[in-house]
Amino acid sequence: MTQEIRVTNYPEVLTDRPTHYCPGCHHGTAHRLVAEAITDLGLVDNTILIGSIGCSVFIYNYLTLDAIESPHGRAPAVATGVKRARPDKIVFTYQGDGDLASIGMAEIMHCANRGENITTIFVNNTVYGMTGGQMAPTTLVGQKTTTCPGGRCRENEGMPIRMTEIIASLGGVAFAERVAVNNVKNIMKAKKAVAKAFEYQTKEIGFSFVEILATCPTNWRMTPLQANKRIETEMIPYFPLGNYKDVLAKEEK
Amino acid sequence: MSIYQDAIIAGFGGQGVMLIGNLLAYAGMDAGLNVTYIPVYGPEMRGGTANCTVVVSDDVIGSPIIRSPVSLIIMNGPSLDKFQSRLQDGGTLILNSSLIDPAKTEKDRVKVYAVPVNEIADGLGNTRMANMVAIGAYVQATGVLPVKQVQDSLTSVISEHYSHMIPKNAAAIQAGADYVIANGRYV
Amino acid sequence: MSTPKRIFVKGNEAISRGALAAGMKCFFGYPITPQNDIPEFLSSALVEAGGEFVQAESEVAAANMLMGAAACGIRAMTSSSSPGMSLKQEAISYMAGSEIPGVIVNVSRGGPGLGDIGPSQGDYFQAVKGGGHGDYKLLVLAPGTVQEAYDLTMKAFDLAFKYRNPVLVLADAIIGQMKEPVVPRVPENRDPEEGQDWGLQGAKGRDPRLIKSLFLDDGALADQNLKLQAKYKAMQAEVDQELFLTEDAELIVVAFGSIGRIAKSTIRKLRAQGHKVGLVRPITLFPFPSEVLLDLAKQGKRFLTIEHNMGQMVEDVRLAIRTVADSAFHAQLPGNLPTPDDFEEPILKALEG
Repeated sequence: MTQEIRVTNYPEVLTDRPTHYCPGCHHGTAHRLVAEAITDLGLVDNTILIGSIGCSVFIYNYLTLDAIESPHGRAPAVATGVKRARPDKIVFTYQGDGDLASIGMAEIMHCANRGENITTIFVNNTVYGMTGGQMAPTTLVGQKTTTCPGGRCRENEGMPIRMTEIIASLGGVAFAERVAVNNVKNIMKAKKAVAKAFEYQTKEIGFSFVEILATCPTNWRMTPLQANKRIETEMIPYFPLGNYKDVLAKEEK
Repeated sequence: MSIYQDAIIAGFGGQGVMLIGNLLAYAGMDAGLNVTYIPVYGPEMRGGTANCTVVVSDDVIGSPIIRSPVSLIIMNGPSLDKFQSRLQDGGTLILNSSLIDPAKTEKDRVKVYAVPVNEIADGLGNTRMANMVAIGAYVQATGVLPVKQVQDSLTSVISEHYSHMIPKNAAAIQAGADYVIANGRYV
Repeated sequence: MSTPKRIFVKGNEAISRGALAAGMKCFFGYPITPQNDIPEFLSSALVEAGGEFVQAESEVAAANMLMGAAACGIRAMTSSSSPGMSLKQEAISYMAGSEIPGVIVNVSRGGPGLGDIGPSQGDYFQAVKGGGHGDYKLLVLAPGTVQEAYDLTMKAFDLAFKYRNPVLVLADAIIGQMKEPVVPRVPENRDPEEGQDWGLQGAKGRDPRLIKSLFLDDGALADQNLKLQAKYKAMQAEVDQELFLTEDAELIVVAFGSIGRIAKSTIRKLRAQGHKVGLVRPITLFPFPSEVLLDLAKQGKRFLTIEHNMGQMVEDVRLAIRTVADSAFHAQLPGNLPTPDDFEEPILKALEG
């Protein structure tokens, strides 16, 4: 007979329920980082979640927050409306790469540029997951997907978009960092970045953005371990980790 | 007796036709009547000509847009070409005779008042008040409202910053009315 | 006689002022002719009133911002004109599906495509049939005067919250651009708790609230659709129309908005000549005054629908009276400015039968 021993507790805002995400998917880790940040900063009662379209559309099943579902790509616009209506609340969007960097490019750029006091968690796994693994704006050159079966070709489909670098260049942005959650060390860094993004929102100093490089073992046709490895060997070289903007750090110098 | 008057006011951009359209409408409203005012807008405005339509009535106003108006205030030649044929038989035409030869008017079909509004305004010290002379002539010729009512409503269309101009504009309105009294119709 | 103080304003300004009087807190706009006076006016007036004004990056974004703000249970609005309305349909469908009470104003212009910037009623189908995807309805209010533009915008907010449904004010370039005297209204005492029992505000001390339109569980979407349909049925109570000289009329002209009032001028003139013509001007386009029309049809009256489009509302008129009568139709062509003279001949022809 086996005995279950709980070695860690759930953050207050995270629900205890079976996940609908695939084995090895990083959404669960990303959800937890968000939950920890909101809990640790004491923001649970005060936060409104803006969901998006993609596998993470069900994020509201995992976080006990007031939440609204947005049309595909429009989460930053919906978040703008929510924040303007309730400026005293913490408002964040949680979006994938197809949602944010393709169909929602206009909304994320202008939301960031206006310096809306919201936080965006951008989960980049280089494919459209929910619809079955089609090419995304962040699909790497040579990566095979269901709509670029021969591999993404630079001449035909262009280069993958590096969002954090673009976001960091906009005037209204207070914080922009790219992180990964493929190992403990990276997870600890990611946790700090997510916490900082929410903390900056409480300071009302502008838009905060965290890009999380994430796996999609199912659509990458990989085992979870292989997928984790791919983050290190293929994604990070093209999407370098690190902080790209931190307005408070600059002031300290 | 029921009151109904409509007018198309037309001229070059800059002649102040929208301003006197608004003035006429305000005067009607201040007199307790129903009024509508509709301007042309958008690209048409950028072509250099401007016009607006004003309806004044003691009854509920149906259409704010009039194809065949009872009156016209015509400030330039192109506007006469465009609108004269649409004026109702026996309608009133206030013509800027400073810029347009009154011989071009259908004086036997409609009542023409040829008023040298530019010269009259010049005489009062400011050509730009030609529009006020024209509206004064119109109000006198049609009797739609007392001249004083229109003068009193100047405060509604001239911003406070330019309020020192109100007496001069009132005088221009009076001058237009006086010209019609003194000279009558163009025949 | 104590007449209330009247202000002399454009329809677009009346819409803006009506929204302010209704307690609008957020407005999201984007430039497009002929509705630009609305965002221009509100960019200062709303901010002075302590509200939030955002010029969005697109009509798509503006409508989604409206969705977010209205989901918080506060009074919010967006405005546009026809091409922009096409872009807003996405968020409008989501708002209807997730029962969010935003107010949308369409100061419509000619189409299809870029069309022109003149008046048109070519967006009737888009407005009343559900312009986006899925089975949904908006409450649609069609002002025929500048005063109505003011009053119906105020009313739009009340109805939006009463039914938790988006409400569309369908004006056109004539109503938007013309000026008329308006009597400003004093807002009725509103429920200070409005929107508090369902809006997003942070889940302090209660279960979280979820506002969504995705229903994947067995039967859940069917239930949601049944719920929405029941709501649309209840909205029938809001039907409103103007009747003008219908009692002894042999011919009923059916026309809405600016065309309704212009047709009124024609009808007055023809009445003076002894022709028995009356007018039904639907003020609510959804719900549509079908019963009123059917009653008139049962009295043996004939019908002529006049629209500033190629024939849209006439389908609803015919549907309403189909068991006893039919309606003739006159198209005021988009691109042509309508005047009362244009309707004389069609009305006389319809009178002849």
